Amino acid sequence: MLLITCPFCGPRNESEFVYGGPVKPPRPDPATRDDAEWTEWLTHVPNPVGPVEEQWWHARGCGTWLTIWRDTRSHDIVGAPHDGG
Amino acid sequence: MAGKRLAKGGRIDHDRPLRFTFNGRAYSGLAGDTLASALLANGLRLTARSFKYHRPRGIVGAGVEEPSALVELTGADAAGNLQATTVPLTDGLEARSVNCWPSPAFDLGAVAQLAGRFIPAGFYYKTFKWPNWQLYAPAIRRAAGLAAAPRTPPAEGRYEARYGHCDLLIAGAGPAGLMAAQVAARAGLRVMIVDEGTEPGGALLSRRLQIAGAPALQWVEEAVAELAALPDVIHLQQATVWACREHNYLMATERAPERPGLMERSWRIRAGHVITATGAMERAIPFGNNDRPGVMLASAVQSYVNRYAVLPGRRAVIFANNNSAYAVAADLLAAGGQVVAIIDSRADVPEAARALVPQLTVRAGHVVISAHGARALRGVRIAPLAGGPEETLACDLLAVSGGWNPAVHLWSQSRSTLRYDEALAAFLPDRPAQAFSAAGAAAGAFALEDALRSGAEVAARIANVAVPEIPDAQDLPYAIAPHWRVEAARGKAFLDLQNDVTVDDVHLALREGYSDVELVKRYTTAGMGIDQGKTGNVNVIGTVALARGLEPGAVGTTTFRAPWTPVSFGAIAGMRDGQLALPWRHTPVTQWNLDRGAVMYEAGARWRRPGYFPRPGETMQEAVDRECRAVRFGVGVYDGSPLGKFELKGRCVGRFLDFLYSNIMSSLTPGNGRYGLMLSDDGLIMDDGVCFRLDAGRWMISTSTGHAEAIHSHMEEQLQMRCPGWNVLITPVTSQWTNATICGPQARAVMEALGTDIDLSPEAFPFMSLRDGHVAGLPARVVRVSFTGELSFEVNVAPRHMRELWDRVMEAGADFGILPVGSEASHVLRVEKGFLSLGHEVDGTVDAHDLGMGWVMSRKKDDYLGKRAVAIRRAGSHGGAGRRELVGVLPEPDCPIPEGAPLTPGGRREATEGFVTACVWSVVQERWVGLALLENGHARQGETAYVRLKGGAVIPVRVSAPCHYDPDGQRLRS
Amino acid sequence: MPQRYSLVSLLRHGLNRHTTWAPAWRSPQLKDRYDVIVIGAGGHGLATAYYLAKEHGVTNIAVLERGWLGGGNIARNTITIRSNYMRDASIPFYVKSVALYEAMTRELDFNTMHSKRGMIDVIQTWGMMRDRRRRQHIMDIHGATYEQLSVAELRHRVPALTGGGPEARLPVLGAFVHTDAAVNRHDAVAWAYARAIDAMGGAIHQQTPVTQLLRGRDGRIEGVETPRGTVRAPKVVIAVSGHTTSLTETLGLKLPLRSMNLTAFVSEPVRPLIDVIINCPDAGVYLSQTDKGELVIGGPPDPGQSYRRDIKQGVFEETVASMLSLFPAFKRLKLLRQWGGHLDIAPDASPIQDETEVPGLFVTAGWWGGYKAIPAGGLTLAHLVATGRPHPLMEPFSLRRFRHLDYQMETGTTTAR
Repeated sequence: MLLITCPFCGPRNESEFVYGGPVKPPRPDPATRDDAEWTEWLTHVPNPVGPVEEQWWHARGCGTWLTIWRDTRSHDIVGAPHDGG
Repeated sequence: MAGKRLAKGGRIDHDRPLRFTFNGRAYSGLAGDTLASALLANGLRLTARSFKYHRPRGIVGAGVEEPSALVELTGADAAGNLQATTVPLTDGLEARSVNCWPSPAFDLGAVAQLAGRFIPAGFYYKTFKWPNWQLYAPAIRRAAGLAAAPRTPPAEGRYEARYGHCDLLIAGAGPAGLMAAQVAARAGLRVMIVDEGTEPGGALLSRRLQIAGAPALQWVEEAVAELAALPDVIHLQQATVWACREHNYLMATERAPERPGLMERSWRIRAGHVITATGAMERAIPFGNNDRPGVMLASAVQSYVNRYAVLPGRRAVIFANNNSAYAVAADLLAAGGQVVAIIDSRADVPEAARALVPQLTVRAGHVVISAHGARALRGVRIAPLAGGPEETLACDLLAVSGGWNPAVHLWSQSRSTLRYDEALAAFLPDRPAQAFSAAGAAAGAFALEDALRSGAEVAARIANVAVPEIPDAQDLPYAIAPHWRVEAARGKAFLDLQNDVTVDDVHLALREGYSDVELVKRYTTAGMGIDQGKTGNVNVIGTVALARGLEPGAVGTTTFRAPWTPVSFGAIAGMRDGQLALPWRHTPVTQWNLDRGAVMYEAGARWRRPGYFPRPGETMQEAVDRECRAVRFGVGVYDGSPLGKFELKGRCVGRFLDFLYSNIMSSLTPGNGRYGLMLSDDGLIMDDGVCFRLDAGRWMISTSTGHAEAIHSHMEEQLQMRCPGWNVLITPVTSQWTNATICGPQARAVMEALGTDIDLSPEAFPFMSLRDGHVAGLPARVVRVSFTGELSFEVNVAPRHMRELWDRVMEAGADFGILPVGSEASHVLRVEKGFLSLGHEVDGTVDAHDLGMGWVMSRKKDDYLGKRAVAIRRAGSHGGAGRRELVGVLPEPDCPIPEGAPLTPGGRREATEGFVTACVWSVVQERWVGLALLENGHARQGETAYVRLKGGAVIPVRVSAPCHYDPDGQRLRS
Repeated sequence: MPQRYSLVSLLRHGLNRHTTWAPAWRSPQLKDRYDVIVIGAGGHGLATAYYLAKEHGVTNIAVLERGWLGGGNIARNTITIRSNYMRDASIPFYVKSVALYEAMTRELDFNTMHSKRGMIDVIQTWGMMRDRRRRQHIMDIHGATYEQLSVAELRHRVPALTGGGPEARLPVLGAFVHTDAAVNRHDAVAWAYARAIDAMGGAIHQQTPVTQLLRGRDGRIEGVETPRGTVRAPKVVIAVSGHTTSLTETLGLKLPLRSMNLTAFVSEPVRPLIDVIINCPDAGVYLSQTDKGELVIGGPPDPGQSYRRDIKQGVFEETVASMLSLFPAFKRLKLLRQWGGHLDIAPDASPIQDETEVPGLFVTAGWWGGYKAIPAGGLTLAHLVATGRPHPLMEPFSLRRFRHLDYQMETGTTTAR
């Protein structure tokens, strides 16, 4: 039972949230991508042993979709890794 | 023989006798006893038979570490596989030993003892292969298991669960835990202190120690009283913290909550910080026949003497490799017991230890090599460690201490690490992985003063206050020289008494290549019993270390898994029981449906809908046909309230819906609607429904019943994560709008009879439009959609008006023979029309083109969710050929086809080319009609395809268009 | 050949107090070159090595294991062996796997305690009834058994199932029995394969983690890096459920996989109570009883990617409540142990077995309930590795399918997140 901090409601139990998958790169403009690039964007997600950025929906709360960085080894919610790191 | 009750002392009430039975015989114990202490007080030694060899076993421990004395309770408190040492004695308790028949003294399974030599660890992997395991399995399964499984749920009584929130959770109310609680609570922290014993005090209950010049238990009493007076402290006894999850979420179960009818209470605790003050458990030293009843852990002997006023034996020998057993000897003497000698494997015994019992013979540098006696201990054989003359000491009690293992289970569950400490010969908490600390014996602070200090220091650090003065407490310092096994042992030397794992078994495992400690555990089953190896595991590690020439720290521990002690499933489920497990959602007419004998179906999203309304004497088919005919030839009505509904508002809704739906919604004019499909971005069909524009900036969409929440989530995700800044507000209104859908050729007449201010003429109110007004005097939104293929008016009203509307519809419709229609009839009607049902025709492989709905995939829009993926998939390896496409099927000759039946080429037994998604008796065609997904089906209309049923029967079917009725849609537009 | 295991050998060695048993496998020296390296001594890795040696004569094999032999998901599953699938692509593969499991004890001279006790699917919604009826006919075509049971027959066969009555939240509507289904002893499967591989000359190296895949100048796989040194081979097989992408990413190779934690738990041991595997797809729980008497119970995976071998309390409580809704008497039964295992899942939740875009580097991944697939998965992968051609039973489950989004969906209308 994660303790997830909603930006509006504060720390809440995971049971108030719906898991929404890892964050992928922003959806590209399909016109600028070939089929191989498009299917790769569709089917590949980050899968690290360590911090992953993921989406949660505060379904039984304020309805916000939010993102957190969670360490997949421990479930610890961690800070975003440094840019360019 | 053996044990006897002392005249006074202990934590028991000598004036409150309790009666109980054990294996059918009546005994008497005292209030405050456990079942184990009462059995010992009654002189009972042999309490069980072992799992594999059926060897006689007695009581070994005094608490949760007990590996041997397993009992089953019968009667009102029936439960299996309990440790006699943790069952509080109650009046009328009925218990019996497990795993022996007919009784522990006369156990037929004991023949296994004779074969013992030939059934070492893993013997079953090497035999029972011919002809197959199943021949032997039933007999072995009968021998398996310990207690009988519970046959019935608890007749009365319930479980509950509640949440606990605290700054500090302390597991264990022994000296370290209480000290920590005191410091933290005084500093103003919200504290929970949870202890598994029947009363607080931990090890102090079993020892004769002083704190601040008074009996230690007086200090316990004062500390508990102080905590009780503080408002932010919750103190639970007979409650076990059994699991630690992520983010310091811990599970505890209260076994004896003080509330009538409540059997157990679960606690889900979110703790800012956790202190494991869980104490330590003594381990044994393996020697020959070390399982004889009468061989006990020294700490258990101490507990029986001091806490329960029971002398477990008349003539005791102590066998130890550390100091703690000397205090046990002293306590035995003080209670009037006789101690023959202390056998200490250490050559040099610390003077402080000897000084506790100066009158006793200490045989330093000696070990016990074997125990004597058949069903109970009669004596021990001892010898110098270095070899030399053996001698026999007569005794009926052997108190063994092989050292202490901190109870690190909870600590390790949090993924915090351990280190092996050579001085203490034990695994100790090392680095915490969550906000965790260990204190007291659980952290290796075995002596009382150290334990108190460690509790105070840890709590002071957490509370950010100064460490208070520690009360004065005298205890013998701990010192140990580990002795993992007696090399000269004769007879089976057990490491794990519960699973009958011996030192030889571990050696065999190592010899055969099972060298990792995890493999040793799995091959021998050591530590896999109900006690999870609380007394034996570290000795297994020590034995492996000795054999492999490693340090125990290099061998490492096996994984510590929840739960710490077994927890009942009832407590885990808490209040999720019966209707509370998954509550139904009701519409205002659910009760009306039930009153009319509707057969109710699960409809998704916890809604329940009527399947059909059988009349007395009617079969299901007859009832469904009757309801279908009403809709096709007269009028029917159904409650469509559970359908998912959302209102979207804002400047960008049109654009947003165009992204979500595969077709164009932005071009709709107010009052008009369109059917649409929502795809996932990888091109799979997520949902279908209708979308209406209410006015310039307001829209209303419907989703299928079961997908409402998923679509809500999907829409919000797209809006918030992908379309930031778009002016769209999404409001779920499923429960705000309830509806009665009137359908059939007489629907307009019924609407007129109800009375409405809406012009119902097809010109003024055409198909796929929506009007606000009044129906039967109630404010209503009427929508002309049709899921049946007939003229339909979906009359939406506020839920508070729904029941009234429904009654008025039934009254107004009575003249037209209106019937309520269930989901079975709806299914028939939609199959006749070839309308899509997600649950039937969509299974993750088909797209809109396959379903003959290519028109719903907009070509005008450059982009929408799933567009590119569908194109890629269709252009893919098959080039769009060989796809399974939706067709109608007409069985020839006319007969029903089971839903899901496969179509194979020529009806032959080979890979399928499709399957029948639905087949119903059509009241308009008066024959069986169906729908199917068939390879290249669109091009095969008019051909014959073949259904192949289980068993080989083949049914030819004529392939047709999916729509079996009114293909032009005249009726639904009428 | 290793010494044979039998009652006779047991008696003979018993007379010597079992001090004369030979090791089941050697602890060989790690060489710097092999014909094939298999990463992962779990079920799929061991089975692949076994069939490479047995079927294709490739015996110069090293199986490299990060931890201990058989310590992957083969040590943490619910030992359910079955073939009740829904599609032409899947059923024949699993029928083969079930058959190979049945023959394993004799073939490997190691009692895997295969117990063909059958599985009953308990049906509580009409949607599930439809799904299972569909399976019934197509399974028959491919030689798997699946018979419908009435509620009365179900209750007679499983007396402990007293919940799910007409008044229940989800009443039991019927059941299907899959008589081919079996359970066995998972550790024995790992050990039996290891012993056989060793006997044929293969080498199993425990405590040998692979830290880096090595690629040659020509782009082919060249070998692996381990703390014990570099090991080279022209062919490398990745069979490390859950950790597949961590390995392939050492070459910058991305795969469409997400790692999840699937959990299971056991009750205290009790006397024989249920002699069949019970699967309750609507309630979301399945269970069977081991020879030792414990009930082994499984439910859905934890939400989110995870390498924590714990259980999410919410998921766990739901699973227990689901079980109690059908077996209310188990309220008094006690939880003894719980654990999790890591698996990786593809977008269509079906397995991937293929040579990657790095020539010579093979993966077997995406197994969801992969225990039942071990023998056939090893057989097909060995075929691919040895011959360079996909085995017909595994052909649909290539990596290439994702280029065309040609999903192999077993159930459901949408992919898992």
